[in-house]
Amino acid sequence: MPTTAPNAAHALADVTASDGTLRRFLHGLPGVDAVGLEARAASLGTRSIKTTAKAYAIDLAISMVDLTTLEGADTPGKVRALGAKAVHPDPTDPATPSTAAVCVYPDMVATAKAAVAGSSVKVASVATAFPAGRAPLTVKLADVREAVAAGADEIDMVIDRGAFLAGHFMKVYDEIVAVREACGTEARLKVIFETGELSTYDNIRRASWLGMLAGADFIKTSTGKVAVNATPANTLLMLEAVRDFRAQTGIQVGVKPAGGIRTSKDAIKFLVLVNETAGEDWLDNHWFRFGASSLLNDLLMQRQKLATGRYSGPDYVTVD
Amino acid sequence: MASAFAYAPAPESRSVVDIAPSYGLFIDGEFTEAADGKVFKTVSPATEEVLSEIAQAGEADVDRAVAAARKAFEKWSALPGSERAKYLFRIARIIQERSRELAVLETLDNGKPIKETRDADLPLVAAHFFYYAGWADKLEHAGFGANPRPLGVAGQVIPWNFPLLMLAWKIAPALATGNTVVLKPAETTPLSALFFADICRQAGLPKGVVNILPGYGDTGAALVAHPDVNKVAFTGSTAVGKEIARTVAGTRKKLTLELGGKGANIVFDDAPIDQAVEGIVNGIFFNQGQVCCAGSRLLVQESIHDELLDSLKRRLSTLRLGDPLDKNTDIGAINSAEQLSRITTLVEQGEAEGAERWSPACEIPSSGYWFAPTLFTNVTQAHRIARDEIFGPVLSVLTFRTPDEAVAKANNTPYGLSAGIWTEKGSRILAVANKLRAGVVWSNTFNKFDPTSPFGGYKESGFGREGGRHGLEAYLDV
Amino acid sequence: MSDRLSVLKTYKLYVGGKFPRSESGRVYEVTDAKGKWLANAPLSSRKDARDAVVAARKAFGGWSGATAYNRGQVLYRVAEMLEGRRAQFVHEVADAEGLSKSKAAEQVDAAIDRWVWYAGWTDKIAQVVGGGNPVAGPFFNLSSPEPTGVVAVLAPQESSFLGLVSVLAPVIATGNTAVVVASERSPLPALSLAEVLATSDVPGGVVNVLSGRTAEIAPPLASHQDVNAIDLAGADDVLAKELEIAAADNLKRVLRPQPVDNWSETPGTDRLTAFLETKTVWHPTGSLGASGSSY
Repeated sequence: MPTTAPNAAHALADVTASDGTLRRFLHGLPGVDAVGLEARAASLGTRSIKTTAKAYAIDLAISMVDLTTLEGADTPGKVRALGAKAVHPDPTDPATPSTAAVCVYPDMVATAKAAVAGSSVKVASVATAFPAGRAPLTVKLADVREAVAAGADEIDMVIDRGAFLAGHFMKVYDEIVAVREACGTEARLKVIFETGELSTYDNIRRASWLGMLAGADFIKTSTGKVAVNATPANTLLMLEAVRDFRAQTGIQVGVKPAGGIRTSKDAIKFLVLVNETAGEDWLDNHWFRFGASSLLNDLLMQRQKLATGRYSGPDYVTVD
Repeated sequence: MASAFAYAPAPESRSVVDIAPSYGLFIDGEFTEAADGKVFKTVSPATEEVLSEIAQAGEADVDRAVAAARKAFEKWSALPGSERAKYLFRIARIIQERSRELAVLETLDNGKPIKETRDADLPLVAAHFFYYAGWADKLEHAGFGANPRPLGVAGQVIPWNFPLLMLAWKIAPALATGNTVVLKPAETTPLSALFFADICRQAGLPKGVVNILPGYGDTGAALVAHPDVNKVAFTGSTAVGKEIARTVAGTRKKLTLELGGKGANIVFDDAPIDQAVEGIVNGIFFNQGQVCCAGSRLLVQESIHDELLDSLKRRLSTLRLGDPLDKNTDIGAINSAEQLSRITTLVEQGEAEGAERWSPACEIPSSGYWFAPTLFTNVTQAHRIARDEIFGPVLSVLTFRTPDEAVAKANNTPYGLSAGIWTEKGSRILAVANKLRAGVVWSNTFNKFDPTSPFGGYKESGFGREGGRHGLEAYLDV
Repeated sequence: MSDRLSVLKTYKLYVGGKFPRSESGRVYEVTDAKGKWLANAPLSSRKDARDAVVAARKAFGGWSGATAYNRGQVLYRVAEMLEGRRAQFVHEVADAEGLSKSKAAEQVDAAIDRWVWYAGWTDKIAQVVGGGNPVAGPFFNLSSPEPTGVVAVLAPQESSFLGLVSVLAPVIATGNTAVVVASERSPLPALSLAEVLATSDVPGGVVNVLSGRTAEIAPPLASHQDVNAIDLAGADDVLAKELEIAAADNLKRVLRPQPVDNWSETPGTDRLTAFLETKTVWHPTGSLGASGSSY
């Protein structure tokens, strides 16, 4: 399995030689036909995943969840509860896989780290003045370094959408590279595009390549803080991007749809997208994640239904 | 696909449809045996299981059915359009109610995936009746004069590739305009037409307005030659279409023909490539390529040939061939042993002529009629697989260098039914669409159908249009 | 009465914008209604028919690609030129059909007016028979009429000029090109019309006029694989059936002969639409909603 390289020393390295070359490259990417893209995503959404396939998909989905709390009201208690839930999502069934990570604000990293200590669960932290990203670069980098220093395994950064929409691609690129450096060798970097603000699919494809060229370990749809977050279509588009990027550079990059995925049915549709677009190399929580909070309980209820044959209810999963 | 994420079988329940061991002809509102007692069997092409035994109409039955339709014509054509409309609306609604049953039935009899019958055929069938229902009391506003009159008895012969949809394309406009019909479904797919007969009864349609005569080519020939038929509508092969055109020569019968094709799907170097790949796949593998408007010739700009072919092959490797009733099946069975052998022969010829054949690894079921998705590279205009309609899941890949060359190659065929254009450049779409000699041009999409959208061919792909306001003309005395 | 000897006209075919004799070198006698010799007309052969189809095909791209406005101007120009040669046509039609000068003048006037009628149609028919289709999906969908291609026109046998114009003008108005087989007994007005067309900005090959035996020239046209359609107005029932059968070989669009009592009546659009194809073009639209990532 190809691994992520921390820098852009690959076939496309000279693309980022200057603002001009980067712009020409991004504008030279094939266009996206919105109707066709959405139709393909919808068509994959009609796959019928039953019995053994469903059991596999539910466990895989649970293992891919970045269990998230990103609220002004987050407290150490809330974060500790989240950590416990991530490690043992279903206390009644120890065979239930742990989630991939918990995702918190930087000031909660240390608390989260302690809460998941000794488990496989990673701590991800949204840095870079999440969610707007409207802060000086020095502040963003400090934000990242603090989180990494506190033990964050993964950093979820936001790109400067203003710069992107103004056409300052090199500025966006340089900022990702700087954050990448600030992550050091310990932390993996997820780059959030806030696809809802980039607005067009052409922009999402360009941002995907921009992020991958700059050294993203993951490309991520959204912050969950705007009207439109992860959709099957924008995730499909990003899966095409990581597939094509690996074909050209040998470097594999992960994908994380975030925001708005609430049901098992939705999650399974996303896994079908992964399976039939990027392929099974991405069917692993090292390469695909769900940024979600309420999704986990629905997955757990479905898991109980499959195990017992009875429909479960909200009283049989934990509220954290 | 050998993936960790193997989809478990997800079969649609067969129990929603109850197929009787035998069916009669539907004449004058009654199911009846053939005058000579002949029957034939219809099988499921996916399993070769016999589904039912069907009465086979002969000349005497054609006489009887045409007489019934003639008798019914007087009252039916004299009904206020608003009343005819309500019958058609009823039919549309009953089809919607029974759509899952009909989808399963169609999949059983035809072999196409349930995904398609459920999501394409049946919704389009209901929509077609709904659309033409609304025309029945508005004909004087349709642009065919102040008092457009029906023709009389319509003899209609339909193919097996979209049995119920082709029936809808024929019957809905005919009834809306006040004609009565005698329809012959294809011998390999008679069942949905016979279920439709039952729907006519549920809708209370007057006797004789719709008559269904299952049978082979000779039944169809007798129907189109019948002297008391005023209108002939045929969908099927170009060879039979020409025979029918000769048959009706010198008569006053109005004729519309929807025949074969060899559609070019043109991909320019600036195409939205992922959607183009989907469009190519949809263009040739929808309904196992048994589609007259299939994009069976891929014309790809030489500069992106290799890249596109890589993407296409990767995509073909994800196609799931197998049980048509499985909701995850993309490629179902070929409709008949006869059709399978036609496809096989042409494909062997393609190989013999030096084209390079490729198919993804895929397991072919042990019984039934199957053909793996196939593509041919190194194909030129001179190859038979680039000229003849294969009517199967077989794509011929050709290259071009300039838009002029693409248009010249696309038009270099006696057919002229469909074409596709893939480019992000709007002016190129319009310029190329303008020059293509084809009745339907899909730009940055393919195989889209709608009751409001006229469908039909140029040149040897036939004449007349089905769908939309244009589709009324075929059934009006104008 | 002057004793000056008049100059007789040599009537020729009109093919590809030129005025050739029949390649066969044959002519036949054309007489007036009372049997008096009027002229010798070329007796076209199968090869003349073939040459005419080649010329018509060659002209099709340019003529069908011309703007509808331009075609309208050209057709109107035909009317203008005819008006100037009105006396000549009145004379020829009177001779050909045995009509009085005033009756013949009515025919010629109606024919001139017919060109004007069709000149006005060229840029309107697409709006009348084409249009947008409200499909149930995110697609722009437009149906437009297009000319069928090369149309063989068997001109009416009786109405040698008004009938001819009535079947020819609608064919070329929409961008088709035509191979006309003139009235067998009365070909002279048709051959003279060719001279008008040649000086009316009608590009060479758009209209080709053959004179001779309809039963001899029509079958090779009906079976010709590069002819897209045939108007059987000038064929009797037996010939019409034979030609319709031959036309099935490449599925020509066939307009069967229909009895016409009075060519002066306003023709309607039937003859315009008989040789039109409908092309429907689909294109995705996408939506401009607030969903943020929908286009």
